[in-house]
Amino acid sequence: YKYHPMSEITDWMDMIAKNYSDVASLVEYGKTYENRPISLLKIGPTTGVRKKAIWMDCGIHAREWISPAFCQYFVKQLLETYKTDSQIKEMMTNMDFYVTPVLNIDGYIYTWTTDRLWRKSRSPGALGCNCSCDCNGTDLNRNFNANWGTVGVSFNCCSQVYPGSKPLSESEAQAVVDFVEKRKDDILCFLTIHSYGQLLLVPYGHPSIAAPNYDELMKVGLAAAEAIKKVHGMEYTVGTSPDVLYANSGSSRDWARLTGINFSYTFELRDKGEHGFKLPEEQIQPTCEEAYSGAMHIISYVHDKTFKGTGSAAATATATLWMVLLAVGAALL
Amino acid sequence: MATGELNPSHYPAQRAANVVKHYLNTRYGSPYRWVGLHKVHSANAEEVAESGRKYHLEISVQEMTGNTTEKCSAEVLFPALENQRSPQVQASCEALLTANTTAQEEALYQQYRRNHTLLSGHNLPDSYGHIDPDMKPLWHLGGVASSFVMLKESTENTLYNMAQVANVTQLETENDQLRFNYHVLLHDMVSQEIIHWKLLVTWSPAEGVKVLQMEELPKCEHCEVPPKPN
Repeated sequence: YKYHPMSEITDWMDMIAKNYSDVASLVEYGKTYENRPISLLKIGPTTGVRKKAIWMDCGIHAREWISPAFCQYFVKQLLETYKTDSQIKEMMTNMDFYVTPVLNIDGYIYTWTTDRLWRKSRSPGALGCNCSCDCNGTDLNRNFNANWGTVGVSFNCCSQVYPGSKPLSESEAQAVVDFVEKRKDDILCFLTIHSYGQLLLVPYGHPSIAAPNYDELMKVGLAAAEAIKKVHGMEYTVGTSPDVLYANSGSSRDWARLTGINFSYTFELRDKGEHGFKLPEEQIQPTCEEAYSGAMHIISYVHDKTFKGTGSAAATATATLWMVLLAVGAALL
Repeated sequence: MATGELNPSHYPAQRAANVVKHYLNTRYGSPYRWVGLHKVHSANAEEVAESGRKYHLEISVQEMTGNTTEKCSAEVLFPALENQRSPQVQASCEALLTANTTAQEEALYQQYRRNHTLLSGHNLPDSYGHIDPDMKPLWHLGGVASSFVMLKESTENTLYNMAQVANVTQLETENDQLRFNYHVLLHDMVSQEIIHWKLLVTWSPAEGVKVLQMEELPKCEHCEVPPKPN
């Protein structure tokens, strides 16, 4: 397992769409600042009906190389197992998977050519930015329209958490919104992949705002962390960003939740600071394996809740029906 | 900021524990002993009138060079006043550093002293996370030396790790101390900034690691040092 430059990832995406054309297709849904096409792989057989979907994006932050590696691994796993694994097969029949291996393509390329520790997009700095080096770019994960510009940002354009001149000033963030908003009633789950820290973050990034389904998000998140730990023993902490990391605003996760996608999580993959952004290639496989397990736990929970009625809504409906039947039965006696 | 019993997995306890980690590295670190944080078991914070905020922590630390974890009790005082920025730490670890690194340290020390060409390295780890086995002790030493800076610079609003050794150059040995010039990149998780520091580092098995000079560098020429977060 190795890290791959953007050209190889693009070639690989083309290859996947070509070789697995019955279940995979390439969808271009936007452009980066430097005018590169932003594409996702849509994985799932066409069934003739409108399908529910899972969203996963990687590489919002350029230096977090393990993130695009995970998206690639995730796609590979789906395609290698869907024919033989009945659970995967069922999920793919019922849901499409929209996977964006690299969202911040300009930034990712920049980490290969110029600055390995670049984070932001590569749009130019606002007027009045005086220093030539770090003052380009916007933190894409502060640029979404979700309590934009309130906490966890700096309006100094040189800052790594500069949220942009306004919400969705960045074409990369706008692309996500354009694609997801149209399909928000179909998207059951929004996973955004980052590093480092070994965390599973639930909405919201603002310390004073709680998601209505916080308890359920935590329950499912904690179970996902247990699944992760079973793979290689790694501990992932689960909580809101203001609790376990720091307050922030304008994240893609928060925007997705506000848009109505009830299950929205940020994954912060390995490690805990020893190598940080430069996770050794020997750790790509184990990190992807454990993250896959965690992601799949969330995805199958959401799938089962929607399609198998294992959620409390379905249970309540069933119980009500029985009560009615019993009442009718009693009345007839 | 919260006082009283703290949730050990929440960030206030984690940031304070990270400071303890840096402190332990300054006291016990070496090219073969680089201390990492394993877990925070419990944490408590209190306001200390006219001093600042004091955290009491029960943590486990791990030697990143080995596999052992050890329990420590620690206190971290983050000062209230702006000018007096460095936190003060006290820690006692039950069996800190049981792994005997003396032989390896002695061997490395002698080897570096005998070198006719002075050592140098850069980009540790490289972009792929790789470090040449021969360079690992210098990477660990960079991490330990960086802890001196990270300890000094830490507040309740920072979470520092060393992102990379950009450059290390061995200098002439003086007073039996190996000497190195380090250029390190530190990452602050809270601001997400990468901060450059130049360090003059000495080490010997007898004296441990010392940082004689430290200087923050701007990211590039004609730049000011990076902005602090809100």
